[in-house]
Amino acid sequence: MADTRNGRPSQVFRNLNSKVASIPMVLTASVVFVGGTIWTVIHSFTNSKLLPRLNFIGLDQYERLWNSNKWLISIENLFIYGVLSLIFSLVIGFMLAALLDQKIRFEDTFRTIFLYPFALSFIVTGLVWQWILNPDFGVQAVVRSLGWESFAFDPLYNQDIVIYGILIAGLWQGTGLVMCLMLAGLRGIDEDIWKASRVDGIPMWKTYLFIVIPMMRPVFVTTLVIIASGIVRVYDLVVAQTSGGPGIASEVPAKYVYDAMFLSQNLGQGFAASTMMLVTVLIVIVPWAYLEFGRRRHRG
Amino acid sequence: MAEQGTLSAAGLGASRASASEAWGPRPRRALSRRNIIIYGTLTVVALYYLLPLYVMIVTSLKGMPEIRMGNIFSPPMEITFEPWVKAWATACTGLNCEGLSRGFWNSVRITVPSVIISILIASVNGYALANWRFRGADIFFTILIVGAFIPYQVMIYPIVIILREMGLYGTLTGLVMVHTIFGMPILTLLFRNYFASVPEELFKAARVDGAGFWAIYFKIMLPMSLPIFVVAVILQITGIWNDFLFGVVYTKPDVYPMTVQLNNIVNSVQGVKEYNVNMAATLLTGLVPLIVYFISGKLFVRGIAAGAVKG
Repeated sequence: MADTRNGRPSQVFRNLNSKVASIPMVLTASVVFVGGTIWTVIHSFTNSKLLPRLNFIGLDQYERLWNSNKWLISIENLFIYGVLSLIFSLVIGFMLAALLDQKIRFEDTFRTIFLYPFALSFIVTGLVWQWILNPDFGVQAVVRSLGWESFAFDPLYNQDIVIYGILIAGLWQGTGLVMCLMLAGLRGIDEDIWKASRVDGIPMWKTYLFIVIPMMRPVFVTTLVIIASGIVRVYDLVVAQTSGGPGIASEVPAKYVYDAMFLSQNLGQGFAASTMMLVTVLIVIVPWAYLEFGRRRHRG
Repeated sequence: MAEQGTLSAAGLGASRASASEAWGPRPRRALSRRNIIIYGTLTVVALYYLLPLYVMIVTSLKGMPEIRMGNIFSPPMEITFEPWVKAWATACTGLNCEGLSRGFWNSVRITVPSVIISILIASVNGYALANWRFRGADIFFTILIVGAFIPYQVMIYPIVIILREMGLYGTLTGLVMVHTIFGMPILTLLFRNYFASVPEELFKAARVDGAGFWAIYFKIMLPMSLPIFVVAVILQITGIWNDFLFGVVYTKPDVYPMTVQLNNIVNSVQGVKEYNVNMAATLLTGLVPLIVYFISGKLFVRGIAAGAVKG
């Protein structure tokens, strides 16, 4: 329509409606995602306090960050939580999926039960597990009342193991998703593979370990990327379950950023910490994207 | 998929049986060792997954004296709905004692427009990307998808500034905008992939008949893609209702969404802890996504599978 009005076809007005429809995407991608990221990275080199200022002080913020005890604990927690939750959610998720894949009855019921925590927010998850792990009323109190007086299980009140208390809640919420992805992957495996391995007399666990799992590599990779990018963001769960406590024992990077920006009016620190988070994600994403894109280009 | 599997297995068995008599694997007994292991494991795990929900319900129906005396797993001796009423109507956050109802209505006022606007924008956008490609579109789309992996913390403050400049910081409108922005990558991908799978002949035929961008969208694409819209709605309702970070960053206390208010009620340091009220409040907050989940069933699974293929 636009080109007829113009008299001659113009590049800008060709396909105008489509361009208008894409304005929100273009703005989001360029202004918020690219612009916002660059803005934050640039301001991480300034001494912004209450308001963002362009007063550059080099790498001072990063130096302060890596000298801060709270940040080091955050990183350590993220590392422990991340590695363990990757391993456990992959193993448990895969095993549940394999069990559900045995042509069993009530498959839908079991799947519904395993997946429902995923529909709940991290806030709800954190608060429920805070209650269950409450030492005075929860698991510890119940076991003690059964006669085992010295039983101690109070992860949320013990600095050394608090991160495992959060891990329990995180796994409860997230393994259902992994199970679902794995189940979809298992369903994609050709039935003939199973028949062939049965004919050859290969035991079931060996078939899974050496044939099926290698075939499911793409599923594992996507799942890994999804869990990993979720782990870096973990914030609500900690806020609800422990508020970073006891002391600062369960702090995580995302919470460090929020606290620096909105509670202690230390914007520069917040920017530096969030830039470090970005770097962490890039370390995970870039090799994967490189492989993925490299392979695609190779094929196409 | 499950039905398919059993169907083909049954068909196979039937044809074998008719071919000769003693053929094929020995019929399995229902109580074989294998079955006991499988069902046993699944049942134990299922109980573990159900436990928190059970504890929430049981605790929210007890009075405080009973909670102090008994253990958290025992069913209530006297069922009381007092905690539910209190959580909904009179629980306190700071000086404000209106209960969770305010947070509930705030969440409704945030979720409904966010879901509608984000899906409208993303569906039209996905349609443009699938059927009306223009130069440079793919670059922005790639940025959008890659951007989905950037931690929100990196973009939080620039958005604060943008909203402040627009005079929307601390308002519901601002939060709706934020949800629209961060819902865009996954929704656009979802719709783009769906529209790309619609047969091109349909699109070409409509073009020959003189239909333009919007006519094809409203008359052909929209009616054909209702299932994907339902998937998107499920994805967005649960996602936005469960959000905490954006709510706490971009709104002020009187428009806090339910999750933020819940956290403030339960984790407030003042006053005596009323665990039954806390659990009733927690359940109330989880109720909306739970209802969506149990009603939607397989569509929910499809939604997360769609979310899973991003990247």
